[in-house]
Amino acid sequence: MRTSGAQPVDQPLVLEITSDTRHLAGVRVAVLGAAQAVGFVEPQLSGIALAIDEALTNVIRHGYRGQSGRPIQVTIQPVRRGEGCGIEVTICDCCPQVDPATIMGRDLGDVRPGGLGTHIIRTVMDEVEYTKREPAGMRLRLLKMLGEGGTGPRVGGSDPTREKS
Amino acid sequence: MAEARNVVREIRQQGGATIVVLSGEVDLHHTPEVHKALVGACQQRPERLVINLSEVGYMDSSGIGTLVEIFRRVKGFGGKLVLCGLSERVYSVFEITRLDKFFKICETEEEALAA
Repeated sequence: MRTSGAQPVDQPLVLEITSDTRHLAGVRVAVLGAAQAVGFVEPQLSGIALAIDEALTNVIRHGYRGQSGRPIQVTIQPVRRGEGCGIEVTICDCCPQVDPATIMGRDLGDVRPGGLGTHIIRTVMDEVEYTKREPAGMRLRLLKMLGEGGTGPRVGGSDPTREKS
Repeated sequence: MAEARNVVREIRQQGGATIVVLSGEVDLHHTPEVHKALVGACQQRPERLVINLSEVGYMDSSGIGTLVEIFRRVKGFGGKLVLCGLSERVYSVFEITRLDKFFKICETEEEALAA
């Protein structure tokens, strides 16, 4: 279900992974490649990879409570909205559902380990949307736009790539 | 995916300081290893713990959270924690989380040992 108004411009890259931390690096690489193809450059490139990494870390650590081997689907989609293009990443899991309104970063003035990931995600990405999936699990949609008049995706019409890890 | 080399590349003593050199990508997969090494370094109660991040290309909030915990441990026994060698990319994560002012951060290991 797409509510951002952003239109896909290419086939999505769908990664079916499990809640094992060894997959984090591979997803970062995939996100970096896709974002670079859209036209993102540093420092936004690193920021996008960091945000997705933080989101997956939250799923593994909090959603699945550290349990390994649980399913996570990451969909990486170049999009266009108006004159701008960007990248939309959707993360779907089968974690116990929570009220999306309760997912928020904490006061950064309270310096302590933990609780920084959500803040990073909301700082880096233009749109952050948590929703409940039916019949179970959560969905997180993250969108980052390159900006008006940005270069379009350098790869167009490529075949969908489906990777299993 | 093949495992990368150890993220804790080196631990050495120099005077009253312990220097821990990290390498690679410090994410949730590697944070436990980093945590174990830094806790071990703290057990010696060094006057100064220098964490050299010059070879770290990536760090997320799990890595930063570990550093916050280690900071508290070091402070607890009266020591000093200094970070050094942060790349722009790694430093930006500290900025986003507003911890760039919380930690003592130096450019080089030499500066960190003298700070």
